[in-house]
This record gives sequence, structure tokens and C-alpha cells, in this order.
Amino acid sequence: MNALFVLIPIALGLGAAGLAAFFWSMRDGQYDDMDGAAVRILIEDDNED
Amino acid sequence: MNAHTALPQSDSSPLCQTTLAVPGMRCSACIAKIESGLTAIEGIAAARVNLSAKRVAISHDRKLDDLDLTEALQRLGFEAQAVEGLPMRGSSQDRELLKALAVAGFGMMNIMLLSVGVWSGADGATREAFHWLSALIALPVIAYAGRPFFVSALQAVRRGTSNMDVPISIGVLLATGLSLHETLVGGEHAYFDGATMLLFFLLAGRALDAEMRNRTRAGVGALLGRMGRHASVLRPDGSTERMAADTLVPGMVMLVAAGEALAADGTIEEGASAIDNSMLTGESTPVQVGIGERVHAGAINMLAPLRVRITAAAQDTAIAEIAHLMEEAGQSRSRYVRIADRAARLYAPAVHTLAALAFVGWMIAGAGWHQSLVIAIAVLIITCPCAMGLAVPAAQVVASGALMKRGLLVKDGSALERLAEVDVAVFDKTGTLTLGEPQAELDAVPTRALPIALALAQASRHPLSRSIAKALAAQGIAPAKLEGVREVAGDGVFAMHASEAVALRRPQADAGQMAVELVIADECWPVRFDDPLRCDAAQAIDRLRSLGIESRILSGDRDAPLAKVADELGLQSLGNVSPQEKLAQLEQLKAAGAKPLMVGDGLNDGPALASAHASIAPGTASDASQQVADAVFIGERLMPVAHAVAVARRTMRVVRQNFGFAIAYNMLAIPLALAGVVTPLIAAIAMSLSSLIVIGNSLRLAWATK
Repeated sequence: MNALFVLIPIALGLGAAGLAAFFWSMRDGQYDDMDGAAVRILIEDDNED
Repeated sequence: MNAHTALPQSDSSPLCQTTLAVPGMRCSACIAKIESGLTAIEGIAAARVNLSAKRVAISHDRKLDDLDLTEALQRLGFEAQAVEGLPMRGSSQDRELLKALAVAGFGMMNIMLLSVGVWSGADGATREAFHWLSALIALPVIAYAGRPFFVSALQAVRRGTSNMDVPISIGVLLATGLSLHETLVGGEHAYFDGATMLLFFLLAGRALDAEMRNRTRAGVGALLGRMGRHASVLRPDGSTERMAADTLVPGMVMLVAAGEALAADGTIEEGASAIDNSMLTGESTPVQVGIGERVHAGAINMLAPLRVRITAAAQDTAIAEIAHLMEEAGQSRSRYVRIADRAARLYAPAVHTLAALAFVGWMIAGAGWHQSLVIAIAVLIITCPCAMGLAVPAAQVVASGALMKRGLLVKDGSALERLAEVDVAVFDKTGTLTLGEPQAELDAVPTRALPIALALAQASRHPLSRSIAKALAAQGIAPAKLEGVREVAGDGVFAMHASEAVALRRPQADAGQMAVELVIADECWPVRFDDPLRCDAAQAIDRLRSLGIESRILSGDRDAPLAKVADELGLQSLGNVSPQEKLAQLEQLKAAGAKPLMVGDGLNDGPALASAHASIAPGTASDASQQVADAVFIGERLMPVAHAVAVARRTMRVVRQNFGFAIAYNMLAIPLALAGVVTPLIAAIAMSLSSLIVIGNSLRLAWATK
């Protein structure tokens, strides 16, 4: 029973962290250009800076 | 007419942000080319491409305007348009939906975790603590994630109608209220898990629906984007002034340079040229125009400068008139009721009556207030249209994904539903049944003359010349060396080759419009042009016929070339039809009870496309037509049109099966609920099982459409 006082907050905290990460990534615009992100990795960057 | 928006920091910032639509970008090479090409230009600080939306956001110096930027992109080989109010990101409504989905998912999983504890035997203080904890999570989650449904249900109720959201909202709210009551009195069953799970599944359905709409919205520009935005107006004192299109008034005289788009309707006062009317008519062959002839806004002057007296400007131009017609014709379509809402109209009253009957029945049987209410609410929860909310979008998303792989982009779910219902097809000719590009037939020309033909053709921007150049370049022929090349508007290209006069000119004897002559010294060969039918046009028409859809042709083209095509395909046809007449024909078909499918490309097809029960445009169509059509097919084949109808019908079959499953599930579950033996555990299992079955059934479409 006492273990629950530790485990439930941990479970909730992990879930909330995941939710916060999703909100952040959405606000950051990471889902705005799904196709672009997939092909950008193929761009050869010849001007190193 | 301005797509600039100042950066938020301050007004003194020398940079501003412009978003341009670039429909032609496809791959990583395009991204690299556009981004590096633009940033290399002086005055452009940064450029960022969004490939999904086919847009590029440029932050640049204030002294550059839209025109400079589109020209810069043109030099990089991309056609671009500045479009007003184009955000780089998806619509905020869709983002809200995704956020709500994430919150509902979070709530569902955590509450389920606690519920499993309760189901596996937690009781006493533990169960009560778990219920309290669940309530604490569920209340904010339901308040946040349920908003899309509550808002929509409230609107429907205010209008005195009903939609799927009404039973959903009632079910969720009652379940939450009952669970809260149980928690307060320390009862045995709380349905927080059921309520959040319901929201999660339904939001998943909504998000799928929104995703489908977004996928194809990319890259379509506004209708009037092609109309010239500016014109050089000639003042009485002989000076010229650059004026915006909406400040022009009839009576002004504008100078139109070669390559410029007209900004207003007018008559030619001076000069002779060829104009490309493809924006208005969809016909790609340029029309020769001279003094006194009418020209329209949106047409492109191909050869020589013109002086045009304006007869109609801004909202009175022919193109604005068509835009207006399209807007009106499209309104009938917005009255179309989606299948899910039609189902809800039958479903909601039935379910609510049943719940009320359960309550009354148990009261009469003497079960007491509390138990009767619990049972009535259990009926509502178990019948809540979880599978129904997924039944339609799941099938439609799978189908549209499969169609996309075959070169057909469907705009939204409603389009797929309407496509499935069509029973007669109306085709435009040029650019729809045919490819819409003149193709040069060079069989008559001897091999030794081909390099000269190529060199001459390359010297002109006339579409017929370009077509010759394209055909010859594809054969791997190298151009000959010419001297003294000059182009005479409306006549042809003339030059010297090894002391012989050579020319590519209009035929002396006027044998139809689509021909030129290649002249070397005193020899002369005709080059004819043909606009061939799409290679599988006949098969596509046959396929449609096998689906019970008869086709016919409505074209703005002259009767003679039209009759040839109609005979070849064995179809009824009507030529010389104006945009208004096309619209009238469509309305007539609809009035006769038919559900027409319109397939067309030109702006002249726009009103008809908007008015038809469903419409498809080729990827080469004018922007306005693509925007108003329900679906766009890409490539040279016509088969995707027939395929779209077949897949749409199969999709609707699956949707109906899904409804069947949902109803069958209710048949099993309702007696249990009425008998009062439904526990939260049974509700959770039944709900997820029915949703999984519906999703699984929809996935079959992916294989079936291969």
C-alpha cells in the first residue's frame, strides 16, 4: 500500500512529462513540415560553416 | 494584395516576412536549391521551405516586394505566387484537436492504470482513493478534451438540429456526473475510464478527418493570384505610372509588355501580339490579337507590347465574374450532409428514447431512483457512438492514402462520400480528355533540317516553338548555328544559316491554327501540331461505363475538333459552351435528379466544377479549378478518375459495414445494459473491442485498393 504513494506520483509524473514534451514539440513547429523533415536529411551540405 | 507581415519585434526592423506558395517543389534537391538560391540574393536574410505545405517563408529587406521574390524564384526554376493570409503552419483548429487528443490519451492511460487496480479487487479505502484520484485526473481532462464536442453539440442544439456530437456530449457528461456522485458517496462503480476512453477514440477519429483535409490543401493558390497585380498606365502627358490592379478604372490606357499578365479587361488600341488565354479558357494555344479586339484580365501577352484601353477593372472583369459564379455554385455543396451526421439523426433519438425507457421501466419495476438512473446512464455509455465516430474517418483516411499513392488527391471525407454517389460524368475536352499541350509532328521534316528547326524554335517563347524544341531535344538533336536571329510577332522566327535564309513561320495558306512551316532557302516543310487524347481515355470511359456511369463532353472548343474526339470515344458532345452555359447544363442535370461528376481543368470549368455533385481536376488545371475541385489527379493518365469513383464506392461499402458492426455491437450490449449488469470493466472492453474491429475492417481497404 505504501508503495502506491511513491509509484502513482511517478506514473503520473512520467505521463505528464510525456504530455509536456508533446506540447512543446508541437509549439516548436516540429509537426509543421513532416515531409520536409524526411527529405532534408538527404540534402548534401557542401558549404560547411 | 499584400502578403507582407512585419516581424513582431519592432517596426524599426528592416526585415519583413513574406510567404509564397511554390506548388512545384517535390524533393530535397528543390529545398536545397530554393533555400540556398534565395539566401544568395542580396536583401534576403533567410528562406525556409515547408515541403508539406509547398510554401517558402522568406525574411527579406523591405525594398524587395512580392514581384521581386517571385521573379527570383522563377530564375531558380520554380513558379511561385504570393498569396494573402497564408500561414506556414496548419490551422489552429487542427492543432487544438491534436492537443485535445494528447490530453485525452494521457488521462485515459492514467485512469485505466487506476481502474485496473479497482477491477482486480482493490476495495475499501484503496478503491475510494483510486476513485478520487481518477476524478481528479478526469475532470480537467474531460473539460479540456471534450470541448470540441461540447461546442459543436451546443451549436447544433441552438439551431434546433442534432448531430453526432449531441449524444456524445450527453453520454460523456452524464457518465462523468454519475461517476462523481459514486465517488462522493463511496460507491462501487466509477466510469471515468469509460468517459476518457470514449473521448480519446472519438478525438482520434476527428484528428484523422482533419489530417485528410490538410494533406491535399497544400500548394493551392488564391483564384485571382494569376491576374496581373500591377499595370503601367499611360498618362495623358505621355508619362507612365505603375498602378495596383484594384486602383485601375475603365477609360485608362495601359501598356502591357511581352510576358506580362493583364490586370484588367480592355480593347487593344495599338499593337498586335498573341495572348495566352489558358487561365480563362483552358485552351493552351495562344490566340492572335490585333487592334480593336477584346482581351481579358489574367491573359498573358506572349509576343509584343500592347496598348490596351481598359473597359472593366477589379470586380467587373470576366475573371472576377467567374470567381463570383464559382462562389455561388459552391454553396449548394456546403449544404451536403455527411453520412455520419445522417446516421446521427436516426441514432441519437433512438438511443435517448431507449435510456429514458430503461429509467421508466426500472422505476416501475420498483428499483428506486438511484439504481434506475445508474442503469439508464449505463445504457447511454454503452451505446455512445464510439465505433460510429471512427467508422467513417478510419475508412476514408485509409482509402485516400491508397488513392494518393495512385496519383489522386482527395480533398476531404465529404468529397469521397459524394464521389461514391455520382451517376453521370461530364468531361471538358482540352486538357482533360486530351493532354492540353500541342505536340509537334516532325515526320515530314528531313533529318538534315532538324538542327536548324531546333535552333529556330529555341529562339522563341511561343508555345508552338517550345513544343518543337521539346520534341527535338528529346530526340537528342543538337541545334545548328544561326546568325541574325529575329522574331516577328505573329509571323515567326527568321535567321541566316550558312548564307541561306531560314525561318519557322506561320503557314502562308491558313490551314487551321495549329501548324507552322519550316523554310530553308526555297524549300518548305509543314509541321503540324496535335493535342492527343490521354493514352487511356477510352479505357477510363469504359471503366466508368462498367460502373454504371455514362459520360458526355461539354467543351468551350469549336465543334469540328470536338466532334473528332467525341466520335473516337463514342460520346455525346456539346461545343461552344460558355462558363455560364456549362453551369446551366450542370444545374439542369441536377434538376433532373442526376448526380453529375464534373471533370475539367480551365477556369471556364470553374463554376461547373463548383456546382457539380462531385468534381475532379487534372494537376495541370488552373489553380482556381484545382482549388474548387474535390480531387486532383496527377500525371498523363485519365484512369485515376474512374479509379477514384470505384474506390469511393468501395469505401462507402466499408463505412456501411462499419456502421453494421457498430449496430450489431449495440444489439449485444444494450440488453446487458438494460438488465443492469454492465460494469465499468465490461463497458471498457466492449468499447475498445468495437473500435478495434472498425479500424481493422477499414484497414482492409488498403489491400483492396492495391
